Amino acid sequence: MFAYIGRRIVQAIPVLITVTLVAFALIHLIPGDPVKIMLASRATPEAIATVRHQLGLDRPLPIQYVRFLLGALRMDFGNSLFLRAPIGPILRQRALVSLALLCYSILVSLVIAVPLAILSAIRRNRPTDHIVRMFSTFAFAMPAFWTGLLLVLFFSLRLKLFPTSGLGSGPINYIRSLTLPSITIGFYLAPVLLRSLRASVIETLIAEFVEAARARGLSERRVLFKHVLRNSLIAMITVLGINVGFLISGAVVIENIFALPGLGSLLVSSILARDYPVIQALTLVFGITVIVVNLLVDLSYAALDPRVRL
Amino acid sequence: MTWIKESYHRTISEAIKRLRGRAKSERRWSSMTLWLGVAIVGIMIILSLSAGWIGFENPNEQDLNATLLRPSIEHPFGTDELGRDIFTRILHGARIDLSFGLITTYASLIVGMLLGALAGYFGGAFDTIVMRAVDTVISFPYIVLILAIASVVGAGLFGAYIGVLAVSWALYARLSRGEMLVLREMQYMMAADTLGFPVRRIIFKHAIPNLLRSNLVFSMSDIVLNILTLAALSYLGLGVRPPTAEWGSIIAQGQKYLRTAWWISTLPGIVVVFVGVGFALIGDGLADKLGEDVTGAF
Amino acid sequence: MKHEVFSETPLLEIQDLTVGFADRRGFLMAANRVNLRLPKNYTLGVVGESGCGKSVTLRSLLGLVPYPGEVIAGSILWMGQDIQKMSKKELERIRGKEISMIFQDPTSCLNPVFSIGDQITEMLRVKLKMQRHKAFDRAIELLAHVGISSPERRLTEYPHQLSGGMRQRVMIAIAIASQPKLLLADEPTTALDVTIQDQILNLLANIREETGMSMILVSHDVGVVAQNADYVAVMYAGQIMERGNAQDVLHNPRHPYTRGLLNAIPKIEQVGQSGPLEPIPGQPPNLTELPPGCPFQPRCPYVKDDCTKVSMELDRPEPEHGTACCFVE
Repeated sequence: MFAYIGRRIVQAIPVLITVTLVAFALIHLIPGDPVKIMLASRATPEAIATVRHQLGLDRPLPIQYVRFLLGALRMDFGNSLFLRAPIGPILRQRALVSLALLCYSILVSLVIAVPLAILSAIRRNRPTDHIVRMFSTFAFAMPAFWTGLLLVLFFSLRLKLFPTSGLGSGPINYIRSLTLPSITIGFYLAPVLLRSLRASVIETLIAEFVEAARARGLSERRVLFKHVLRNSLIAMITVLGINVGFLISGAVVIENIFALPGLGSLLVSSILARDYPVIQALTLVFGITVIVVNLLVDLSYAALDPRVRL
Repeated sequence: MTWIKESYHRTISEAIKRLRGRAKSERRWSSMTLWLGVAIVGIMIILSLSAGWIGFENPNEQDLNATLLRPSIEHPFGTDELGRDIFTRILHGARIDLSFGLITTYASLIVGMLLGALAGYFGGAFDTIVMRAVDTVISFPYIVLILAIASVVGAGLFGAYIGVLAVSWALYARLSRGEMLVLREMQYMMAADTLGFPVRRIIFKHAIPNLLRSNLVFSMSDIVLNILTLAALSYLGLGVRPPTAEWGSIIAQGQKYLRTAWWISTLPGIVVVFVGVGFALIGDGLADKLGEDVTGAF
Repeated sequence: MKHEVFSETPLLEIQDLTVGFADRRGFLMAANRVNLRLPKNYTLGVVGESGCGKSVTLRSLLGLVPYPGEVIAGSILWMGQDIQKMSKKELERIRGKEISMIFQDPTSCLNPVFSIGDQITEMLRVKLKMQRHKAFDRAIELLAHVGISSPERRLTEYPHQLSGGMRQRVMIAIAIASQPKLLLADEPTTALDVTIQDQILNLLANIREETGMSMILVSHDVGVVAQNADYVAVMYAGQIMERGNAQDVLHNPRHPYTRGLLNAIPKIEQVGQSGPLEPIPGQPPNLTELPPGCPFQPRCPYVKDDCTKVSMELDRPEPEHGTACCFVE
């Protein structure tokens, strides 16, 4: 088990390095002088020189990269030019909002996807299955920001059940203000989970051990809920892990619609403000999040599936 | 020797008819999804190309006497705050969105499939480099990487093209490499190997048609994803800029009037869903017809 | 002879069983007018190439024909009761309790994510309503009975930690847990090493001796069936070509296909002699496009014009030695 954990962590290192390289390289790939672009109208020669020195852009590239890495380890990404504040604390504060949103969204999408996937799999090729697949096709084709607007139109403006945007204070209002965004993301992620889950339940349903369990005279319900589901739930963790990047992508867009102060809305506002150090920091944080989540998924898979206990 | 009883014969032939009918209706369902999808996409393409001839010439024509009009016969989808006809804007926006979807998807399909096929076939250092690049790209939430690249290139349609192209080749490469590894082991590839055909010929003649099937099925959901990505970028103000008509930007502009003029944001979304469902249906139909299942490719 | 047992009410009686499958590739009959009787304390062997319909026939006895297949005609009488007409509940009660089944590949037949103990005690608790600790003790007994050493330890292990032979023993332990009257064995030794094959077959023979349980043994291996069966049916393309007492069928085959099967296996006395093995000429049948008349006719060395024109049934009633070929004698 420990050997497996160790090996899996070592496997993740090369990708971790290339991810940091991509985040680091961003500022250097900008055509023209990034400092000039950032300062725009304030770009006097003195200001340019000062900012360039502040960002360390006047040093050799390898040293810049090492400083970037060492800074990242301490969550120190320098200062935001636009917000005029250190980036690290801002990220920490906003990450909490995004994390809450992601967890809530995962919950919503599982509530939608799991029952439908099972229903669709056991009724394969029958009308119920066709209806569920149609639903998933429609949900897949819906632009997430548009779904969000529809929900706002109906639940906020018409029924006045939820706020249209922003983050509420106090636990109940906090959850209330995250509800519509989470349902939006849930609808966006659910069809992708549903498809993979349906395939995995079908694969399990035709497995020989399921036939053997039926031949043993176990009731259909017992076969389904004990033998099929346990195997499919293990598969579901993997499916979630594979799609964590897709999930975060949805959250980035949705945070902007509902004006939630998370990492996604920070990314978009930083791009609009050409605040490159923040963009770099966020790119790195998002990339590493996906890698770490995938690592955790593999490890929990190992803990749940007896076959991987090595 | 005994002759089979007549009644038994009848039971059997009735049962055969029933079972055949069931199989046929399943088959019909899959070809129906395919053709329904083709029809939807076809209608949208024809409408957007012929918009000028059928009375929807100018997407930016303002009529300040006809602002925020409800959907009517004259303005099927209503008008916006400047009196522009939403339906005309949607048809013209379709040109940008559809060509964006098709170009980004098929350019990345070609590049990704070739890189993946070569990596799978040759292995070694080339394989390592390609797969390391793939792993890196898919380690980022795709929107984040596209946004980061767009921020470097500069926000706008061009930035969106570069961003999406830089990201979406990776899944085709991974899919193709995996299939190439399997194909390589297969009998006929080995046979071609021993007959001494040049490597290029083996890959192109035998493997590419096989890879193309699964890549094509996958590309259908990728088109949807890429169109939605452009719309999302425009919605966020990082894609197509106003006043150019584009689906995402039309929806974004209508958001201000959600309370008073719901149709500006909601109706264009329905068109996006319509087109997306069209492509997805083609994908489902193709998957059934070609016997491919690429649900796991995401 | 053992023939007298046929006069009693049989344990199982299959009449004109016909199973059809239809998918987009076409329609096929996996079992075609199969008639068989199985008395108590008897072993029926079913032989044939893979795809001849033996496995489907076996599954239909438990009401487990997989989609898109269906029993389209005929009846299956279990102790006089028609399985087709039973409710889902009755069928579930009979499965595992009165009729048990073991499969070809014991690796994929055990659920990989539950321990061996879990899977045996589940059977005991659900089918025999045993208490947890009692089921646990009984599971240890059962494992010991099928020849698994240190059963207490094995109970906590998972299927992937056992060898193929052990897994098949576990499957047998589960199958006999509720002392069924009939065991269906679908190629039980095909996936195992030759040395293990004999052990498993001996184990099954011993269990039969002790309990008087009947068995249907399905195999593509004539040798396996010859050693273990009292009565043999030879299947081809979903139809029974020949059936009768094992001795008669295997020593005096009447159907050209049975002769072909027997000529295709090496005999000990032939080893070192120059007499070549004769494989059956031609391809195994494509069930979606069967030839008219006798399905074996395209590969049959004795084929006559009439063979393409008539459908045949077995020429003598059970339990006599019958063949579906009318041109042999």
